[in-house]
Amino acid sequence: MNADATALRAEFPLLAAAPELHYLDSAATSQIHRSALDAVLHHETTSRANVSRGTYRLAEAADLAYENARRSVARFLNAASADEIVFTSGATASLNLVAHAFGNTLQAGDRVLISEAEHHSNFVPWQMLRDRIGIDLAVIPVTADGRLDLAQLSERMGSRCRLVALTHCSNVTGEWTDVDTVVAAAHQVGARVLLDGAQAVPHGPQDVRALGVDFYAFSGHKCFGPGAIGVLWGRQKLLAAMPPFLGGGGMIGEVTPTRSTWAEPPHRFEAGTPPIAQAVGLGAALDWMLSLPWPAIHAREKALCQALIEGLKRIPDLRLLGIDTTTSNSKRAPIVSFDIPGLHPHDICQVLDAHHLALRGGHHCAQPLLAALGVEGCTRASIALYNDTADIDALLAALDVARRELT
Amino acid sequence: MSASDSLYQDAIKQFAKADHGHGQLAQASGESKLDNRLCGDRVRMQVALGGDGIVAVAHETKGCLLCRAAASVIGVHAAGKNQASIDAVVQALEAMLKDGAPVPHDWPELSMFEPARAHVSRHKCVLLPFQALREALQKSAVTDAST
Repeated sequence: MNADATALRAEFPLLAAAPELHYLDSAATSQIHRSALDAVLHHETTSRANVSRGTYRLAEAADLAYENARRSVARFLNAASADEIVFTSGATASLNLVAHAFGNTLQAGDRVLISEAEHHSNFVPWQMLRDRIGIDLAVIPVTADGRLDLAQLSERMGSRCRLVALTHCSNVTGEWTDVDTVVAAAHQVGARVLLDGAQAVPHGPQDVRALGVDFYAFSGHKCFGPGAIGVLWGRQKLLAAMPPFLGGGGMIGEVTPTRSTWAEPPHRFEAGTPPIAQAVGLGAALDWMLSLPWPAIHAREKALCQALIEGLKRIPDLRLLGIDTTTSNSKRAPIVSFDIPGLHPHDICQVLDAHHLALRGGHHCAQPLLAALGVEGCTRASIALYNDTADIDALLAALDVARRELT
Repeated sequence: MSASDSLYQDAIKQFAKADHGHGQLAQASGESKLDNRLCGDRVRMQVALGGDGIVAVAHETKGCLLCRAAASVIGVHAAGKNQASIDAVVQALEAMLKDGAPVPHDWPELSMFEPARAHVSRHKCVLLPFQALREALQKSAVTDAST
């Protein structure tokens, strides 16, 4: 498989049709790979039927495609079983599922530990759970350069911590969480670990067993698959001990006028008709990702990230958020956010758009992190496997234009 | 000309920089705080009423050039207007952004936002201060009615 960015870009229909586009917003939504689009179209035109309900051949074909997608996700995550894979509508839904279902096994005063670096989707559900049942919600602060301050981990965890829910990789700074340290500390006090992997999965397959975590959530639209599909992976014993989140068809064992029993996981957590074609498309995208030469892609993503940071550092007054990997050996995902005092991120992005650059500016659904870093908004460039040096060069040149045009 | 050139014309930058009406009122009849949920921009708008309408207006605006320029236009023109005329100008501004309708003759600077028509995601930036003004007036009316 060719790891060259030009060859990879050609496999993304939108990018192939827009050669002038410099797409640097993959942390918000990646472009969809041809294999995922083809799989969705093929499924909808050959196997479209509901799943887990019909006995006719078309329904059996839909069942097979849907469950094959579950197996693809299991391979991508190196899960012990496809039964540990729950399809949801996205990472946000996955996190809410845990907050409700696992949350319902908690008692008032039990602690859930999150961090200042979380996306709102891993902040708000826990605040809602706190307000609903009285959990003790604690927050790990970040350091001045946006890293989780794990020196405070044990203190913040306390003795009644039941769950540590953290981002695997920050959507603002690209900072990777030191999962080994977190898992060791959490399991020592009997707490479970949930990782929000939304920003990790675009940069390669993950190994949940090697990570040692208990839950893992991600979205399809950030890893070259369709939108409106997400995944929650959970250890089988944990899922089996959790009550359902949503009720409806497909998640029951038996329903009588007075009571219901629940299906085994994963179906217990997939009430109603699931996003079948989206799951099939996600499975295809992940199969394609599993075929890629990741060491070469990682090397190119890192080189682009370094070149971008080097270029940004030459802009007067610009403040880079997160660690400076050009002067540090620390790792970061190729997500680079910055603030130029006096220039609003939306104005910057507007000017960049005129130069065919797609970047996101604003709070990035991470207002607690930005507040901790002392900014209200920032501009973010997020690099994916289809980006190349032309994208970085175009961004740096257009930033010069933006600075002139906006002042 | 790039797509953004006409958007960031000098008039917008000058109005944003001038920040007309910035500050707080010693005694406000009504106040509102509105956020743009897309970016977190915030407008705090205060009005003081007397006679037939607005005697003074003050705002604290954290936002982009478009948002700050719009708040600054309010700082120039809102005093002396009443609730009905503010409602009318907000409707006219919405219509200008949506359909290209003409701006009110007594708010001529609003024409500098016409290039924003092409950028739907930025309409909220222009409208936010005006929506904050209308809400501050509505709160003033509630206060008046209850006293």
